[in-house]
Amino acid sequence: MHRPFVWLPTRRSLLAAGTAGLAAAGLSRGAHAGDVAKPGGTLVVVLDPEPAGLVAGISISAPAVAVSSNIFDGLVVLDETFTPRPQLAESWETSQDGLSITFRLRKDVSWHDGKPFTSADVQYSLIEVTKKTHPRGNAVFANLTAVETPDPHTAVFRFSRPSPVVWAALEGTETQILPRHLYEGTNPIANPWTAKPVGTGAFVFKEWIRGDRIVLERNPNYWDKGCPLLDRIVFRTIRDAGSRTATLEAGEAQYGAMNPVSLADTERLRGSADLTVETRGFEGSAPMYFFDFNMRRKPFDDIRVRQAFAHALDRTALARTIWYGLAEPATGPIPSYQKAFYNPDTPQYAFDPKKAEALLDEAGLKRGPGGVRLRIDHVPCAYGDDYIRAAEFYRQALKRIGVELRVRTFDLPTYLRVIFTDYDFDTHSAWYSAYPDPQIGVQRRYWSQAIKKGTPSSNASQVADPDLDQVIEAIQVAGDPAERHALIRRFQSVAQEKLPSINLLELKFFRVYAKNLDGISFAPFGGYQSFKTVSTSV
Amino acid sequence: MSKPPPVAGTSRALRYLGLRCLQAVPTVIAIAVLNFFFLRLAPGDLVDTMAGEAGAATPEYMAMLRQLYGLDQPVWTQFLHYLSRLAHLDLGYSFRNSTTVLDLILSRLPNTALLMLSSLAVALVGGVALGTIGARWRGRWPDALISAISTVGFATPLFWIGLMLIVLFSVHLRWLPAGGMTDVEAGRTGLPYLLDVARHLVLPVFSLAVFYVAIYARMTRSAVLEVRDLDFVRTARAKGLAPRKVMARHVLRNALLPIVTMTGLQFGTLLSGSVVIETVFAWPGMGRLAFDAVFQRDLNLLLGVLLFSSCLVVVSNLCTDLLYSVLDPRIEVR
Repeated sequence: MHRPFVWLPTRRSLLAAGTAGLAAAGLSRGAHAGDVAKPGGTLVVVLDPEPAGLVAGISISAPAVAVSSNIFDGLVVLDETFTPRPQLAESWETSQDGLSITFRLRKDVSWHDGKPFTSADVQYSLIEVTKKTHPRGNAVFANLTAVETPDPHTAVFRFSRPSPVVWAALEGTETQILPRHLYEGTNPIANPWTAKPVGTGAFVFKEWIRGDRIVLERNPNYWDKGCPLLDRIVFRTIRDAGSRTATLEAGEAQYGAMNPVSLADTERLRGSADLTVETRGFEGSAPMYFFDFNMRRKPFDDIRVRQAFAHALDRTALARTIWYGLAEPATGPIPSYQKAFYNPDTPQYAFDPKKAEALLDEAGLKRGPGGVRLRIDHVPCAYGDDYIRAAEFYRQALKRIGVELRVRTFDLPTYLRVIFTDYDFDTHSAWYSAYPDPQIGVQRRYWSQAIKKGTPSSNASQVADPDLDQVIEAIQVAGDPAERHALIRRFQSVAQEKLPSINLLELKFFRVYAKNLDGISFAPFGGYQSFKTVSTSV
Repeated sequence: MSKPPPVAGTSRALRYLGLRCLQAVPTVIAIAVLNFFFLRLAPGDLVDTMAGEAGAATPEYMAMLRQLYGLDQPVWTQFLHYLSRLAHLDLGYSFRNSTTVLDLILSRLPNTALLMLSSLAVALVGGVALGTIGARWRGRWPDALISAISTVGFATPLFWIGLMLIVLFSVHLRWLPAGGMTDVEAGRTGLPYLLDVARHLVLPVFSLAVFYVAIYARMTRSAVLEVRDLDFVRTARAKGLAPRKVMARHVLRNALLPIVTMTGLQFGTLLSGSVVIETVFAWPGMGRLAFDAVFQRDLNLLLGVLLFSSCLVVVSNLCTDLLYSVLDPRIEVR
C-alpha cells in the first residue's frame, strides 16, 4: 500500500534529505520505483554471539562492530572502491614524505552526553586506546608516534616511517574515536562505559539486557542531517541457527548480521519472497579460507608433497557442495575482488589427482599396504559445522591419492590452544580476514616474525622462508604506493610458488534481510556498518 | 505407631532442618573447590577465546588481558583469591559480559525459574492425570494411546520438538512468537506485560513439558496400579467410598511418593535440560548463561553459576525430604 505523501508532512524535509544522502552514497533503493522510504520504526536485528562489550574499539569482534558502528563513528569510511571518504574528518592531507597526515575534523559533532567532539578525543583514542588495547592496533599503528592537536578541530598524525597501511584501519569499523572525558585515566577495557557506551554515532545506547537484547535509539542531534531514518534498533541474541532462520522467516526480525543462518538454509531463503541473501558488504573483512601444513613436520617440508595436496583438492567442488555456492575458488592469498592489490598471474595448482600421485611417488611416498602412503591428522577450525564437513571433504579427496586423514575436532578454546600454542597438528584448515590491506590480514600467515606462540590467527604453519620474509618486510617499509603495489603483487607470486598453505576459497559471508529494507550499505565493510541510512519502504 | 505431639514434631523438624543445612555447608564448599580445579583442566582460557573472537591479536595484547583478568597469577594465588572472594560472598566479575557475575545470575534466575516451574507444573499435572487415566483403563485404548504418546514424547529430542513447534506456530501459523521472553515493543507494564511473557512462554514450556510428561505419566501409571490393589484401598472401597474419592484420597496420594522423589531429583536436571530449550527459544536463562560460559572459558561466571546451582539442588533435595513427611505421615524427619 502506498501511503499518500501528504500524510507525513512533517517528515517530508527529512525524507528528501535522507534519500539524497542515499543516492550520493550509492546505497540500495527500493525494490520498486514507486516505493518511498518510510522514516521511523524499529529494526530488529538477530545477532550471534552476544558481544563482550559494546565498544568495538576496545573489545573488537564481529558482533561488537555490528552494534558499535551505530554508536560510534570513525575518522573516515571506505567506499566501494576502498577509497577513504569523510566521516568525522572532513578533509585530510598527507605530507610529501608520508610522515604526517593532517585531519580537519567536523565542527558540528557532539558526544551523546552533549560534550563537544574535539581533536583531543582523536589523540586519546589513537594513542591510549587503539595503540594500547586494540588486539591489532599496536601492529597497524606501529609507526604512529604522536597525534598533535594544534587546535580543537585539527589532528596531525606523526609517523616514524610512511604507513600507507593505516588507511585500511582508519574506518570506524576498525578504529573508533572514543570520548576522552569518560575514559582518560582509566583502563579502557575495565571502564564501565564500555557496557553503556557514549559515542558520536547515529544511534544512542538505550539498554543492554544480557542474553536477550541490545536497544539503541535514534540520535536526534546527529551531525549527518537526515540520518538516521529509523527510531530504534533492537539487536536480539539468538544462539541457535535454526531459531534465527525461523525468527527471520516469521518476520519477527528483519535483518540477520554475519552469516545468520546455516549454509543449507541459504539455498531455500534465496528463493524467498520476503528475504534477501546478500553477499556484498564483506569485501573489507575479506575472509580467505586455506589449508595449512605444519611446516615443522615431515613430510610437509617437501614442496612436492604440498603441491600434491594442492592438486588433489577440487576447490570448485568444495565451493559448490560444502559452501552451497557461497564461495569462489581462491587463486592466491589476496581475494580477487580487492582489485588494487590482487595479482591474477600467480602459480596455480589445477585439480589433477594423477599429477598429485605422481608428485607423491616422486617424493618417495609410495603406496603401502591397503594403498595407504601417508597417515596424517587434520584439524578444522572450530567456527561451525561447515568447516568439519569441509574436513570430511578433504578426507575423501585425499583418500583417492592414498593419504589417510584423521579429522580431529575441538571446541573453540581447545582448538585455539591446539593450533596456536601447541602446534599439535599435521594439517589445519581455517579462514583469516585478509582486511583491506594485506599487511594487516595476509602477511601474518606467511611472515616468520608472525610465528607467535599462543596468539590466535598468527602464522600457524610456522613457515619461515627468507624469500617470503624479504618481500613482506619490503612491503612494510615501502612509502611509495606504486612501489608498494608492485611488491604486493610479487608477494602473491612467491606465496603461491612456495605454497606453505593452499589458498582454497574466497568465502562469501552474507546477510539475510527483509526485501522491504532500503539504504543497506554495500561498501567493503557494509556488513558491519551503521544502519543510519536504513529504512523500510512503504 | 502413635503420632508424636505436634510441638515436639516442630522442634524436631527444625533441628533436622538445621542439621541438614549444616551438612550442606561442607558439600557446597567441596563443590566450589572441585569446580575451581576441574574447570582449569579444560585447555584454553578467556583470553584465548576473546583473541579468537577478535580475529587477530598480538602477544602484548593477550599478556595485557591476562594481567587484567588475573590469569597471569599462579593457580594457588588465584585459588586463594577465589576463596577470599567467596568468604565475602563476592562471585566476581565476568569480563566476557562486562558485568558482575551476581548481576548476571540474578537477572537470569527468575527467567529460568519461571520456565522451569511452569514446565514442571504442566508436566506434573499432565503426567499424573495421564498416568491415572492409563491405570484406570489399563489395557484399553486410552492406556495404549497414552503409552504411545509418552514413548514418542520421551524419545524425541528436545531441540527438534522446539524447532518444529516454532516452524508450525511461529513461521506458518504466526500465532506465537518464535523466541525471546518479551516483545521488542518497549514499555509494556502490568497486565499487557504479563500476557506478553505468557505468550512467549507457551512454546518453550510445552516443549520442555512434553518430555517430562512422558516420564511422570509412566511412573504414575505403575504406582497407581501397585497401590490400588493394597488392603487399605480395598477397605476404603468396602466402606462405600465413591471410586473417584478412593482414587484421589487413597490411591493417588500414596502413589505420589515416587513422583515426589523423581521431581526432587529432576530439579537439577531440569536446569540442564533447559539449556537446549533456552538456546532454541532464545530464552535468557541460567542454562544458556552456563553453556556459553563453558565455551568462552569464562571461569568466574561458570564458577558462580555452578555454585549457585549446587545450592539450588541442595535446597531442593531438602524440600523433597520435608515433603515426604507431609505426604506420608509414617515418614518422620529425624
